[in-house]
Parts: sequence; C-alpha cells; structure tokens
Amino acid sequence: MSAPLLEVRGLTKRFGGLTANEDVGFTLQAGEIMGLIGPNGAGKTTVFNSLAGFFPPTSGTILLDGAAIEGLPPEAVAARGVARTFQIVRIFRSMTVLENVMVGAMLRHRAVPKAAVVARETLDFTGLARRAHDPAGQLTVAEQKRLELTRALATGPRLLLLDEVMAGLTASEVQEAVELVKRIRDRGIACVVVEHVMEGIMPIADRMVVLENGRKIAEGPPAAIAVDPGVIRAYLGEGYLAPGP
Amino acid sequence: MRRGSPALALSLAGLAAAVAFPLLATKVTWQNAAILMLMTAQLGVAWNILGGYAGQVSLGHAAFFGAGAYVSTLLSVKLGVSPWLGMVAGAVVAGGLGVLVGTPCFRLKGHYFAMATIAVGEIVQAVVNGSDALGGAVGFNLPLGETGFWGFVFNRSKLPYYYIALGLLLATVGVNWLVNRSHVGYYLRAIKDEPDAARSLGVSLTRYKMIAMILSAGLTAMGGTLYAQKELFIDPGSTLSTSLSIKIALVAILGGAGTLWGPVLGAVVLTAIEEATRIAFGGTGRGTDLVVYGALLVVIAVFQPSGIMGLFTRRAPRPALPPEPEARFP
Repeated sequence: MSAPLLEVRGLTKRFGGLTANEDVGFTLQAGEIMGLIGPNGAGKTTVFNSLAGFFPPTSGTILLDGAAIEGLPPEAVAARGVARTFQIVRIFRSMTVLENVMVGAMLRHRAVPKAAVVARETLDFTGLARRAHDPAGQLTVAEQKRLELTRALATGPRLLLLDEVMAGLTASEVQEAVELVKRIRDRGIACVVVEHVMEGIMPIADRMVVLENGRKIAEGPPAAIAVDPGVIRAYLGEGYLAPGP
Repeated sequence: MRRGSPALALSLAGLAAAVAFPLLATKVTWQNAAILMLMTAQLGVAWNILGGYAGQVSLGHAAFFGAGAYVSTLLSVKLGVSPWLGMVAGAVVAGGLGVLVGTPCFRLKGHYFAMATIAVGEIVQAVVNGSDALGGAVGFNLPLGETGFWGFVFNRSKLPYYYIALGLLLATVGVNWLVNRSHVGYYLRAIKDEPDAARSLGVSLTRYKMIAMILSAGLTAMGGTLYAQKELFIDPGSTLSTSLSIKIALVAILGGAGTLWGPVLGAVVLTAIEEATRIAFGGTGRGTDLVVYGALLVVIAVFQPSGIMGLFTRRAPRPALPPEPEARFP
C-alpha cells in the first residue's frame, strides 16, 4: 500500500469543557471516497473544520502527503490542495455563477481570463454551465450546493471535503450528486463525504468512518458498517438495510 | 462592459462635460463648487476600495486625508520640498498608517471595525491637536512662495486646481477599475460576501484587506495634499475631523458602495445638497452639514441600502419558483 494522502492521528478538539472530537484517527488513499457518518452532534463537521484549518485541533496530527497541516490557517490548507464545501451554503451572492467559480480557480490561476477558462471547464464538468451568467443567488438550493462543489473543485484540490451536499435533494438529484462524486473520484481526487443520506453515500464510499459523541465507533467497508450492531444502535436504526453490492 | 455599451458612452460624455465645464462656467463660485465636488468624489472613490469592494467600513478616513495634508505641508514649510513630492510622501505615510490601523483592526468584524476606525480618527486628531511641532490646534498657513505647477500654488485662476482635481479623480477611478478587474477585486468582493468561504478557497483575508487599505489610504492622502494646496491653510478641524470621515464614507454609501461610479454620483448629490443648505442658511448654518449627513444616512439605510446606483442597476427580482426545470448532472 502506498503512503496515504491523508493521515489523521489522535485528533482531539475541545471547546472549553465540551469535547467535540476525541482521539479520532483514519487514513485516506489518493482517489478514495470516505464516508463520515454519525448522529447529529457526533463531531463530523468539527473534523472537517480541523482538516480544513478552520479550527486548530487541541491535539493530534493531520498529515497531508506526509506533511503536517494541523494548525495551518484555511487559506494555507487550501493552497496545499484541500478544498471544502459548507453545510450551510456560502456562495458569493453579489456575483454570478461563473464569477463564484472563478474565485476558486484564481488559487492556481491569478490571471482573470485564465481563471474564467478554468471556471468554465469546471462548470461544464459539474453540469452548471448553462447557469454561468445568472446571479448566484437565483439558483435553486440543489444548484447552490453544486455551485459550492464546483467552486471548490476549481481550486484544483487533491482532497475534497463535502459537507452534506446531498441534504435536502430529491431522490433523482441525489442520484445525480452520486454520479458527480464518482466522476470527481475518477479524476484522482480523494473525497471525504459527511452525509446523512445513506442511499447517497453507501453505494459510493470505499470506506466508512462512524462517529458518535466525538469518538470513532466503527470503520470499514459500507456493507460491514450497515450490519454493525454498534452503528445500528447509535445511528442507523433497525430499519436500514444495506443495498446490495 | 460590452463595446459601444451605453455605460462607456455615458462615461465619455461625462468626461467631455467635466473637461469643458470650467471653460463654460467662468464664475469663480461655480468653479469652486465644481472643484469641491471633484475632490469629494475622489475621496469617496478612494474610500470605496476598502469600504465598498472589501466591505470594511471605515469611519476614520480623515486620518489618512490629514496625513496627506500634513506631510506635504510640513515638507513644504520646513524643508521646501515640492508639494508634488509631498503628495507621494503623504500617500506612503498614509499607507503605513493604514497598515498600523489594519493589523489590529482587521480582526474585528462589521460594526466593531467601523467603531475602531472612529477611535483611530479621534486619536490622530488628538495627537495633532496636542503637538506644537504639528501646529497644534492652530494649524498651518502655507506660504505663497513659489507659484506655478512645480510649486503647486495657483493664484491667478482656479482652473489648474480644477484640472488637477479632475486628474486625481480619474486616476483614482482608474485604480478602482484596475483593482476591480484583477483577481484582487474578485477576492475583495468574495471577502465581503462570505469571508469563511473565501478563506476556504485560499484567500488570505488579512493580505487582501491590507492591499485595499493601503490603496485606499494612499489615494485619500493624495486628496489631502490637494486640499492643503488649494486652501493654503490646514488645521485639525478642517482635515482630521470625524465629520469629514463620515462625509467621505457617506459619499460612497449614498452613491452606491462597491460600484465604480457610485461615489462620484454621491459626491455630486451631496455637494449640491450642501451648497443648497449653505445658501439657505448662510453662515449661521454651522452644523447643518451634520444634520444633512444624519438624515441622508437614515434615508439610505431605510429605503435604498444599495445607494443611488442601486436605482439603475436593480437586479431582476428573484423568481418565486426556479426559473427552469431542475438542472441535471450530465
């Protein structure tokens, strides 16, 4: 096995007396999709914020291609190739769809015309191209989420952190999002996907990590996670049946 | 902007009118009002880089204006340096002051940043008031020494001041235009809209806010030097007052913060209102300008947050339903 793209060891984050993450660890290979699931308040978004540089972890290490990135500010983490979306969309509402994506593309291409070309290509890839010149605020919720993803993708990341990009989507939109995440993976970009929509994440994840109360309670392939008694008790409930392979 | 667009035609027509104006309106009072208008517009446009595009509302810009006025005046009075060089020196000093202000204050968000800049303006004013070397509360009379272009003093006609003010305004608009078109402009608007999202895309908030601050402060200081050379008298009350800071911000906000021409429009309207109240109340109306500023701020905040420009560039209303059927992933 080659050296992992991402290696998280002993990640702990406390806010005062509250422990949001306790000794969380996992690794991710290049081009792998990892699902990060767990009940509300389990600490999934906190893991994201630590990975993306928004919170310095209280302790623990985060290695990206072997180099420590914990404690770096978000802009430095982004420059090293980690991009993210937000649980509550944060698009630039004063801009058009294209301009939003251009801001992402400018991380690698400072010249505006070149950034526009890259943004266009990325919009083509995610299927938002025909909305390119609309004000971003006029998009539907599903499109806004896809815009965030497009914008993150335009930064040319090695690792993409997707925070509930499928929440609130219709069944067919979830299917489309699933296809898109797969195509992103096929480009060699690793994805960590926080998701509550099990039919969205289970079929595409190479591996699942389950959090509860800030701790990792299970890790493994989706099929194993779906029948794990601990995970069923903590999160999935009895009603969930793993989809066939 | 498309080629042959109405905006371009309008800009060229406006420029031609601005160049021709003092040749047609030869009354000194008219020319004076026009110079005041241009100088006010230049300050609003300079403020707009930081307050408009980057969304960092400063209510202390008089400190930078005063830096420009005082640096060039001191260099000229004490060392005989040409005010043109003084203008450059003033811009550099103001840029440095901007870095000093921005380093702690950019950590503050929204209203707290604005409040901190008020404090900065007050502190600079207090320091100058208490310093004999800086002229104290009395200020400086500039000597009528060398007149002509290099001396930056013109006593025969107001026309040179008019064209210098126009040139400085155009240069300031030009800087805005360049910033707006470069990645810096995109980054500033991104910071204003969603700072956390901007950071996640690799945008350093402090670096780009600082770029906006240095440009804004430096250009404001150049306006300060022009003011000093035109009035040939400066004191804390005229170049460092909080009401001047408010006026600079108000011009941009009234016209439309974050737009290229909004502050110019705001300056035209505000100067016209000021001149009208001056005529109406005469010399007794000390403080009426503050009443006018306050009233305008309330009106803008309640009825037209996007300023006068917002009346022309109103976005299409958001549709109640998605305008097209669900977009598909290919």
